[in-house]
Amino acid sequence: MSEGLRTATGGTIDRGRSVHFIFDGRRYAGVGGDTLAAALLANGVHLMGRSFKYHRPRGVLASGAEEPNALVTVRRDAARETPNLRATQVEIYEGLEAVSQNRWPALTFDLGAVNDFFAPFIPAGFYYKTFKWPRRAWYALYEPRIRAAAGLGRAPRLPDPDRYANRFAHCDVLVVGAGPAGIAAASAAAADGARVILCDEQSLPGGSLLSDPHAAPSLIGGSSAEVWLREALTRLTANPRVTLLARTTAFGYFPHNLIGLSERLSDHLESPPVDLPRERQWQVRAREVVIAAGAIERPLVFAGNDRPGIMLAGAARTFLNRYGVLAGTRAVLVTADDDAYAAALELKDAGVFIACIADTRAAGAASEQARAAGIPVLNDAVVLGTQGRRRVNAIELARLEDTELTQQQIQPCDLVLISGGFTPSVHLHSQSRGKLLWSESLQAFLPGAPAERSRSAGACRGVFGLAQVVSDGSAAGAAAAAEALDPARPGVAPAGGAPRAIASAPTHPEPGLVGALPRTSATHGRAFVDWQNDVTTKDLALALREGFRSIEHVKRYTTTGMATDQGKTSNLNALGIVARALGKSPPQVGLTTFRMPYTPVTFGSFAGLARGELFDPLRRTPMYDWAAARGAVFEDVGLWKRARYFPRGSEDMHAAVARECVAARSGCGIFDASTLGKIEVVGKDAVTFMNRLYVNAWNSLAVGRCRYGILLRDDGFVYDDGVVARISEDVFHVTTTTGGAPRVLAMMEDFLQTEWTELKVWLTSTTEQWAVIAVQGPNAREVLQGLIDIDIGAAAFPHMSVARGNICGVPMRLFRVSFTGELGFEVNVPADFGSAVWEAIHERGESHGMTAYGTETMHVLRAEKGYIIVGQDTDGTVTPDDAGLSWAIGKSKPDFVGKRSLARPAMNAPERRQLVGLTTREPSVVLKEGAQVMAQPGTPIPSRPLGHVTSAYYSANLGRSIAMGLIAGGRARIGQTLYVPSGHGDIAVEVTSTVFFDPAGARINA
Amino acid sequence: MLLINCPYCGERPEPEFVYGGQAHIARPAQPAEVDTQHWADYLYRRDNVRGVHAERWRHAHGCGRFFNALRDTTTDQFLGTYKVGETPPAPSKERA
Repeated sequence: MSEGLRTATGGTIDRGRSVHFIFDGRRYAGVGGDTLAAALLANGVHLMGRSFKYHRPRGVLASGAEEPNALVTVRRDAARETPNLRATQVEIYEGLEAVSQNRWPALTFDLGAVNDFFAPFIPAGFYYKTFKWPRRAWYALYEPRIRAAAGLGRAPRLPDPDRYANRFAHCDVLVVGAGPAGIAAASAAAADGARVILCDEQSLPGGSLLSDPHAAPSLIGGSSAEVWLREALTRLTANPRVTLLARTTAFGYFPHNLIGLSERLSDHLESPPVDLPRERQWQVRAREVVIAAGAIERPLVFAGNDRPGIMLAGAARTFLNRYGVLAGTRAVLVTADDDAYAAALELKDAGVFIACIADTRAAGAASEQARAAGIPVLNDAVVLGTQGRRRVNAIELARLEDTELTQQQIQPCDLVLISGGFTPSVHLHSQSRGKLLWSESLQAFLPGAPAERSRSAGACRGVFGLAQVVSDGSAAGAAAAAEALDPARPGVAPAGGAPRAIASAPTHPEPGLVGALPRTSATHGRAFVDWQNDVTTKDLALALREGFRSIEHVKRYTTTGMATDQGKTSNLNALGIVARALGKSPPQVGLTTFRMPYTPVTFGSFAGLARGELFDPLRRTPMYDWAAARGAVFEDVGLWKRARYFPRGSEDMHAAVARECVAARSGCGIFDASTLGKIEVVGKDAVTFMNRLYVNAWNSLAVGRCRYGILLRDDGFVYDDGVVARISEDVFHVTTTTGGAPRVLAMMEDFLQTEWTELKVWLTSTTEQWAVIAVQGPNAREVLQGLIDIDIGAAAFPHMSVARGNICGVPMRLFRVSFTGELGFEVNVPADFGSAVWEAIHERGESHGMTAYGTETMHVLRAEKGYIIVGQDTDGTVTPDDAGLSWAIGKSKPDFVGKRSLARPAMNAPERRQLVGLTTREPSVVLKEGAQVMAQPGTPIPSRPLGHVTSAYYSANLGRSIAMGLIAGGRARIGQTLYVPSGHGDIAVEVTSTVFFDPAGARINA
Repeated sequence: MLLINCPYCGERPEPEFVYGGQAHIARPAQPAEVDTQHWADYLYRRDNVRGVHAERWRHAHGCGRFFNALRDTTTDQFLGTYKVGETPPAPSKERA
């Protein structure tokens, strides 16, 4: 530690506890309670980063969340590496390892700094103009190089090993910011009986009081700020209705008073307990919100204002009073407001030599006070430039009267304090869509009427002065509690009303500067507006010269306000410069939109526990374990895990599927169809409901029979399909596609609840109540006969029959249906019996050539028969006729959903795409699903295709490939040869019927 | 995340609900007698309101009921919710 840079007493640090840390490979010592920035300054280190574009050496500018320069990567291990942290917020612990960013090979010697010499050639938007040719080089060469040269920290390459928690909370009053206003608000609200959450982004509550512990006792009722704070916190902590959250950033304001809080739990700990999550994200629904976010000091924009050692006056005050660190030994203050004088006076008391105060304004009371304290004051001051490379060593000042420069002087110094006044933090108010009002007297945007049930208090609404801030906070807290606890409170509508009057009158007619200091003939060097993105006054002028007028466009062209700090220190100055250049007032130009997050939030905290296996719910059928034990390969179908195929030995998918396909048609296959959507439609009007909804004629469906049903949307396009069974007069067992069950049920409910409210019908999802075992193949009847108690002979139980009975003593609904074209049954049993019944059927089937097959074989078998899969062979533009299914439509019905649309002329145009079969001339070639189909070979690209392939497989049963496709006027083209372009030339295909196997249907009726 | 007042269950957070599009679009009683233009209007034409919008919501992960709501599209504030078949309430006056 450098001798003499740490004060002997005061602040919130623990001088007795030495804390060692590493910055850029060098070991330093700080003390308990230090931030990284404070500890480095105590070691005389100002150079903490390199700028984004020009790689200029940069020091710490601020002391909190607004810091644009001192961005570091903190590394615990290879997987725990957090980039872009503000050194002003990183709390040091023993062994902390931090590295600076955007420099190579080292912070003190950075080859990228060559960019600074090329600065005249790389102004704002240079990459839009310069790297235009050759076009390919942009992606291959220019962009990667630019991105490598201009950059922030790197994301870690390993998966995040930490745990992140989530919490939902409700409260009467949420207070954002635990400075004097927030503490006063929370105290008042809690005293009135409200449940209060008070959060603050810093490690300690107190806000500005931590930087101003000796604030005049008279301002807050007799006690000192330190004592007032301690007493208030003791009361709040003891109150069980108050939750006090430190290290917790309110990062976003979402509709209806939902506030996102990011609580950092372990980043400040040397060795965090293993059971402690790294962060906890809170979603707080607050009845009322009090925003007490404070204000951020504005830098001054003058030539050479970005050298290390140039910092905000308030930051130097915080480093002194809170951390006991002197940011320099010989200082100059350049200010445009009165508040900054306190920094100079306090630093002087602490032993820093104040060479000069340069006030951009005419002399006022503050100037006189400083002169009385023996500090030279230069009024109407301008800055002509600064000197020093890795640290400022002099500042060139002058007095500007009219256009004349006088008292030109070079002041040697190692610290320049700057202050352009304070910008109220209206981020959250603005995020909530609250309007902003421009205050001419305060030169600031202030919160206007709130859009949510929120109110701002203290400096963030332009109230300054400790006594005023505390009473403003108390009033806001009491009012919020009264609103929140009002029994007549009408929901979530905003409180509305006009914004309350602003209490503070500025102490000086010019309370700060919004914009830049004037440039004179003697001024030299660039004046930075946005430190983090390296935007200068010249860049803004260039954007205006090139015709950009909207502040949103200027922002995007110059990138001002766009980096990780979102322009906390730069936006208002940029606006002031643009406004002046355009001859408009700041509100006429307008402000860019405030968006969440206030400061960056880790992805981990948004993901929370929804990672890996917990990312999405997993649905498994009752037969999952059986399939897994037999080595089934699973595929995801929606949330379901479905067995895709059951490889034996060294079989690949192709071989396994070929074997399964042949087995199902020659002996018997068993297939888990439990994922089929199932809806029980019950009620005396059930048949009327089905008639109105599905295209089919349901009156003629006898009890004990099934029918293939088609559901359209009212626009006439196929929405879903499935077998529907009539269990009794008023009970229908409706099946849907696996993925379609929720949306079909939602559509049914929609019509039932909103259009046909007179129908007596009840709908129940039974998808997970039934396990469905499909037994398919010539031996299917023999396998089942010995297990069930009903007659399933060909005459007693023909194709499309349904019956209730028992299997192995378990109640079942037995369907004689087939999605394979074989003699087939689907055994529905209560899900809890599914696994046992499956095993019983499988065991009995083993002597009949029983083979378990998966979804891949199911797909091939159904395609051999030309059975469609909705969503694969249809795409939301396919009518029943397009799919070759018009036979299913109940022609005599006056209406059903979609019928009117089917009568539109366009729905019957002969050139509509129709589903047809496609067979390749070369039988072993399998088409690619999705491939385009052309009329002629060698069609140039781009050309409009006739259609596309929807399904394509190799059929082991047929010894050739098969495919289906939607082809313009397809059915009239049967017999024609068409061409499917592929990577290896055009593939000739013949248009055929969609039924490739057993077109007469003899097997299904066996 | 909106807070939505289900007329059957009370205030619940938005993830429990599914949006159902514009409210009060009745399906023609006799679709066969509706000309193509009017049928197309029923199918596709919706208002794009700046201000108070009557819309359908379904409490999908709650009671499962459809209901209607008046929402100001400029502020996302609900002015009221009501059951299917009921007439929209007069927008409640915001408190001064």
